Amino acid sequence: MKALEKIIHNLDPKFEKGGKWEKMYPLYETLSTFLFTPKHVTKKGAHIRDGVDLKRTMFMVVLALIPCLLFGIYNTGHWHYEIQSYVNPEFEGYRDYLTGFGDKVIYGLMKVLPLVIVSYAAGLAVEFVFGFIKGHGLHEGFLVSGMLIPLTMPADVPLWMVAIATIFAVVIGKEVFGGTGMNILNVALTARAFLYFAYPTAMSGDKVWKSGTDDMLVQADNVMPDGASGATALGDLASFVGDSPVVAGKVMSSSDDLVAAFESAYDPIHAFIGMIPGSVGETSTLAALLGGAILIFTGVASWRIILSFFAGGMLFGLLMNGAGANAYMDVPGYYHLIIGGFAFGAVFMATDPVTAAQTSWGKIWYGLLGGALTVLIRVLNPAYPEGIMLAILFMNVMAPLIDHYVVQTNIKRRQKRFKTA
Amino acid sequence: MSESLEKVKAPSEPLFSKKNKKLITDPLSDNNPITIQVLGICSALAITVQVEQAFFMSASVLFVLIFGNLSISLLRNLIPSRVRIIVQLVVVASLVIIVNEVLQAFVPDVSEKLSVFVGLIITNCIIMGRFEAFAMGNKPWPSVLDAVGNAVGYAWILLVVAIFREVLGSGKFWGMEILPQGFYEMGYMNNNLMILPPMALIVVGIIIWIQRSKNPSLVEEH
Repeated sequence: MKALEKIIHNLDPKFEKGGKWEKMYPLYETLSTFLFTPKHVTKKGAHIRDGVDLKRTMFMVVLALIPCLLFGIYNTGHWHYEIQSYVNPEFEGYRDYLTGFGDKVIYGLMKVLPLVIVSYAAGLAVEFVFGFIKGHGLHEGFLVSGMLIPLTMPADVPLWMVAIATIFAVVIGKEVFGGTGMNILNVALTARAFLYFAYPTAMSGDKVWKSGTDDMLVQADNVMPDGASGATALGDLASFVGDSPVVAGKVMSSSDDLVAAFESAYDPIHAFIGMIPGSVGETSTLAALLGGAILIFTGVASWRIILSFFAGGMLFGLLMNGAGANAYMDVPGYYHLIIGGFAFGAVFMATDPVTAAQTSWGKIWYGLLGGALTVLIRVLNPAYPEGIMLAILFMNVMAPLIDHYVVQTNIKRRQKRFKTA
Repeated sequence: MSESLEKVKAPSEPLFSKKNKKLITDPLSDNNPITIQVLGICSALAITVQVEQAFFMSASVLFVLIFGNLSISLLRNLIPSRVRIIVQLVVVASLVIIVNEVLQAFVPDVSEKLSVFVGLIITNCIIMGRFEAFAMGNKPWPSVLDAVGNAVGYAWILLVVAIFREVLGSGKFWGMEILPQGFYEMGYMNNNLMILPPMALIVVGIIIWIQRSKNPSLVEEH
């Protein structure tokens, strides 16, 4: 290792200003700082320096995402075989969550890995182009975005869509504001929002959440077989507000006890572990919390945001329970925390240090409002079954305002103390 | 009085002198009403979903601006400055009524799609801006040139945005399918976001971005 480090640092002068390969500096800087701690030395001011630079911070987030990724791979495989089993009796045993483990893992890998590769390839290509134009190394921010983007997609989304969404998000969401650290909106959510509004049929509805639903429908003459359902728990919940509520593929008459039917179809423990259909990496609250623990332990993410985000969602869920004007509002508040992408968004998206609020109290307000807004969009606007994407993007925009008021309050409080003294 | 003054000056300046040419070319790029002055954005967002609408909108603005600038310039010494905005409004409103009648008579379907936006030309900031900033203080001929420059500067941005939005958003150009069916069979889909207004803002933003990186003198110091 030492020898390699020496070789690489011996090359330094050739890439510096005036060196032979000056033009290739961005590429060189990226590789060398990825492998070894950068050797810049602080010239003035504080001299205490940690070896953890932005690249390593970001890498910690990627590590924390691995539980979600692994679970998402398996979950994708499971729901593929589950939906197939309705036209292909061979797979009927696979409806049990753990049967056919190997097959499910292989199918999941075949679906999820291309998403990850395309997202990284497209994003890093854009980053390199901008790096060369502006003459800096690869910006580290994309290490995380590149992993977050595939995890927020339904497994069946076409790869070209992932590519253009990634390019759009990196260029319009980040580079136009000046690159990593300057963006107003979370890059991964920008990519998702772009796809959500650009290609709604590929990103929502009840045919995209279980990989292979389209193929299954072709075999079944375009009629959903009895008992099969392609909807997510949130999709079902959104239908409660309409005329013909559906729970896990069964059409109910609205006078039935919808909440009880929902609770038996989506067992809270299953939903918590993540054994429900949804976007690749978002379904498992458990995996997201595991990642969250890593992030909090290493000090990368703010516990204030995560905690208050959950609190906000829970409180607003209880408020809805209290109002109880329709079946959706009667669904126990804690359900909102374990279905859909709530935990994933709260842990990985809302805590993005660039776009979140910066002050301590600001973070708490930011989380509380974000969580509440998520449930508000879900329950009161069934046109958008999943509210967390829009809620976090909205809070991203509001974060500077929250910080402003927190700072002003502090100034006022101290001025008061000064006056009375 | 003023007319006799003009007659004295007129022969000394050719119709397309350097100064007059600049009146046309400036608003096309370095002083574009949309991308630099950021005026008339509302209509640029609203009617750029299809090229056809954008074209008729641009043509209407061109007509209104040329004749408006011309009339205001001719009237400029008669208009009391206290009521000048009202006079300008009367001029532009009568021109817009003419445009609206013509559109309704000859291209009724376009007129229906443009709906209120034809009427809203009255409040289009570019038009009021040119009346106030140019026609009130300049002779008829330069005013006409200024109107042509600004209206064409407005038009090309509108058309570029509309081409992007119509081709990418609905796979059409001027209402005709231009993307081969094979594209869709391979899994291509129209980009629905292009049809929504935010995308018009982003396309205009990208044009501004390109313009400023080509001409750094446009970038403000901070």
